[in-house]
Amino acid sequence: MKNKFNYILLFLLGISFMSCEKDNYEPPKSPLTGRVIYQGTPLYLQPNRVSYELFQDGFGKSGPISGTFTADGNYSQLLFNGTYKMIIREGQGPFLWGESVDNLKSEEIIHVNGATEMDIEVLPYWMIINPNISFSEGKVTGTFGLEQIIDGANAKSIESVTLYLSKTVFANSDTNVATNSIGGSDISDFSNINLSVNVPTLTPSQNYIFASIGVKIVGVEDMIFSEVQKINL
Amino acid sequence: MQKLYYILIAILLGFSWGCESDEEFMNKPPNQILTVEQAFSDPAQVLSILANLYSRQFSYYRLNDWATFGDFNEAFYAHTQGVTNEFHTNTTWPFGGIRNFWTTWDYTYIRELNLFLERIETSSITEDLKTRYAAEAKYLRAAYYLELAQFYGGVPIILESQSYDFSGDPSYLQIPRSTEAEIYDFIIEEAESLKTILPADATSKSRATKGAALAMKARAAIYAASLAKYNNSITPSVSLSGGEVGIPTGRAEEYYNTALEASKEIIEGTAGSYSLYMKNPTNLSENFAALFYDKNANPEVIFADDYLLKYRTHYFTGANQPRFGAEEEEGGALNPSLNLVQEFELLDNTFAPIPTTDENGDPIYYESQLDIFANRDARLAGTVILPGSNFKSRPVDIWAGYQLANGTVISGNDRGDQRILPGKTIEQQVVGFDGPVEGAVQNAQMGFYLRKYVDPAPGSGQRGIQSEIWKIKYRYSEILLIAAEAAFELGQPDISANYLNMVRERAGFTIPLKGSDISLDRIVHERRVEFAFEGLYFMDLKRFRIAHRIFDGVSMTKENLLSGIGKATKRSTMPWGLWPYRIYNPGSENDGKWIYKEYLSKQVTGADNWQLGNYYSNISNEILNNNPKLVRQPLQ
Repeated sequence: MKNKFNYILLFLLGISFMSCEKDNYEPPKSPLTGRVIYQGTPLYLQPNRVSYELFQDGFGKSGPISGTFTADGNYSQLLFNGTYKMIIREGQGPFLWGESVDNLKSEEIIHVNGATEMDIEVLPYWMIINPNISFSEGKVTGTFGLEQIIDGANAKSIESVTLYLSKTVFANSDTNVATNSIGGSDISDFSNINLSVNVPTLTPSQNYIFASIGVKIVGVEDMIFSEVQKINL
Repeated sequence: MQKLYYILIAILLGFSWGCESDEEFMNKPPNQILTVEQAFSDPAQVLSILANLYSRQFSYYRLNDWATFGDFNEAFYAHTQGVTNEFHTNTTWPFGGIRNFWTTWDYTYIRELNLFLERIETSSITEDLKTRYAAEAKYLRAAYYLELAQFYGGVPIILESQSYDFSGDPSYLQIPRSTEAEIYDFIIEEAESLKTILPADATSKSRATKGAALAMKARAAIYAASLAKYNNSITPSVSLSGGEVGIPTGRAEEYYNTALEASKEIIEGTAGSYSLYMKNPTNLSENFAALFYDKNANPEVIFADDYLLKYRTHYFTGANQPRFGAEEEEGGALNPSLNLVQEFELLDNTFAPIPTTDENGDPIYYESQLDIFANRDARLAGTVILPGSNFKSRPVDIWAGYQLANGTVISGNDRGDQRILPGKTIEQQVVGFDGPVEGAVQNAQMGFYLRKYVDPAPGSGQRGIQSEIWKIKYRYSEILLIAAEAAFELGQPDISANYLNMVRERAGFTIPLKGSDISLDRIVHERRVEFAFEGLYFMDLKRFRIAHRIFDGVSMTKENLLSGIGKATKRSTMPWGLWPYRIYNPGSENDGKWIYKEYLSKQVTGADNWQLGNYYSNISNEILNNNPKLVRQPLQ
């Protein structure tokens, strides 16, 4: 009888060691999302290359939450409610941050309260206009124009334009199976550019392919892309 | 019985009495810790503290971490599938390098060097020893700052041991980054003052000497010079407004002059007599390989990080030895790539691909495996173990399979596999015991093994023994090539050609280059083949600002591979291999002969793309947080 009582005591003691609610923090629940746009038009980028940072001041050491934009120019973070500072470092992205050249931004304050959406208005050096990618007779052809957005002192010229074919939705300079490019100085008419490339043999074979047009600007590392298109072969 | 216990316990308790008075006991001097005064009172003690500081020298390429030797597609990582994926499926590098190989931020080491310098001042050892030891510590400190400068550009220059006063305000301890020019200036000045204090003794290799100080000065100056010259013209966006990254272009000439002057001092023999290693003039390849493992009166080595069997050893040989018949069942971790192998010139000073096919595209048949590499730079066979050559007096067995008359290849799935050849009835070996076998790890998957720094001593490939080869930090050949580069950049091509030819003559070239042959491509190329797998290629990629053009992210075709050899900016985004096949065609004249094919491993899926932010190593957020005065690296 005495022994049994001891076991019960031990059992009760064990229960008291169990953790209680109070120890645990609530996870962050407020999504902050948005995308990079120019006058309402979304920009397409190389995934994982253009980075941004979010800071929240007032909590000891101030390390950034770092992230990169997706191929569609989207970003998203799950955060606590509060005030954040977003920074896109100089030299990141094929654009200048701001709505006009005279009014460029170096940081942006964001108040997060519940699901928050904030688009990032930027000025790309160039824009791809009316991109049209088609397939015929084993060839993918891209027809498009280029429009210079930033002129004046900050203007930059085109280094090259490339048509990328890829087996996956990532059609860019990292992942591709075939490319064709033209140098910036060889472009005579910026409103009408044609690039075509033969579809290579795909292993394992698939009856579709993805294509995108990329523009490399002189002195800017990150390229600007057109929306990736799926083409049925 | 019970009684006996009581007696025993009583006796035991009797022993628990204290024997000494408490005061005496508490004041006993510890016999495992020396006080600062004690440690610095005896020359042998001071030397042992200095030895500890020597043993902590930092090197980007370190023999006890073989994986540091292979990046940039100069080699293929064949160690395990995980390592292969780590290095060959990525399309770019993290800002701290793969596995954080491009980082070091050891201010603890600097603080301990500073403490050593402060404490030795009050030491009771002789003045001569004090000066010498202090100079050696200063050399180590400057050498570490040079490593930091190559990774980070400007860093905080701290020359005294800092202590916190617990006032709650640590800001007086937070030192901002110096400019990139300042850190190189500091190293150059420090080396200049040390050269008169350190002994001019060419036989001392593992302790700082006048030669080592001058070599450090030459290297620092040539790096600073090329950064000043090429950064602003090629990658102007890689700079910081405060000058922490980016040296003004105007200073290039001054730095080139410093580099030329410092290297000339060594060449003229003011630091003792150094010369190119030439103990085996009849076999220049053996001679070149021996340069790295011969520790007996080696005239070329100026300064080395030394190892000694039983005390301080490394397993570099074990990791990289030819697999078949090795002293352990492992090896072949790094396979030099064809990208590097074909860069070794023909002896008539021209560049050419390794000839696998004739002008009609038909394969060339070779009697023996080594024939295809004939008439090339002797350094090729000294750097790489070629198929058909020997290691530790036994031939390596590298061949990918039999090729039949109709072009089909018969091969196996593992090293030394056996199959039945057409017309035969019994199985026979159809692939080399050293590979190459795609997918099987630790074999010659590029068709080559690494030879440089691989130790031919018996037991070196055994885990229980390992190797005592030293890691050469400065050698005479680098001094000659620094002089050649500085002279070329200063518009003295004839002098430059003269220095270059000294190095090339040792590699077996008999036709000297003329002043008019010298170009930046030549200089970059000579350094690439002479210093392959020595850690200097990484720094050259950065300081000439050629990395983003070599690693442009575009997949490398066979045409890309074979064209433009010898150009500094030639694309090298994927490592290619060269696989030997044996011809099986009984009755034909080609039966038993060898053909070669260029080969791109299926495991190489990423085409490397160097981001401009890769030119400087990342300063981590933790470091930036601890010292808010530090500025971030550009484009990261």
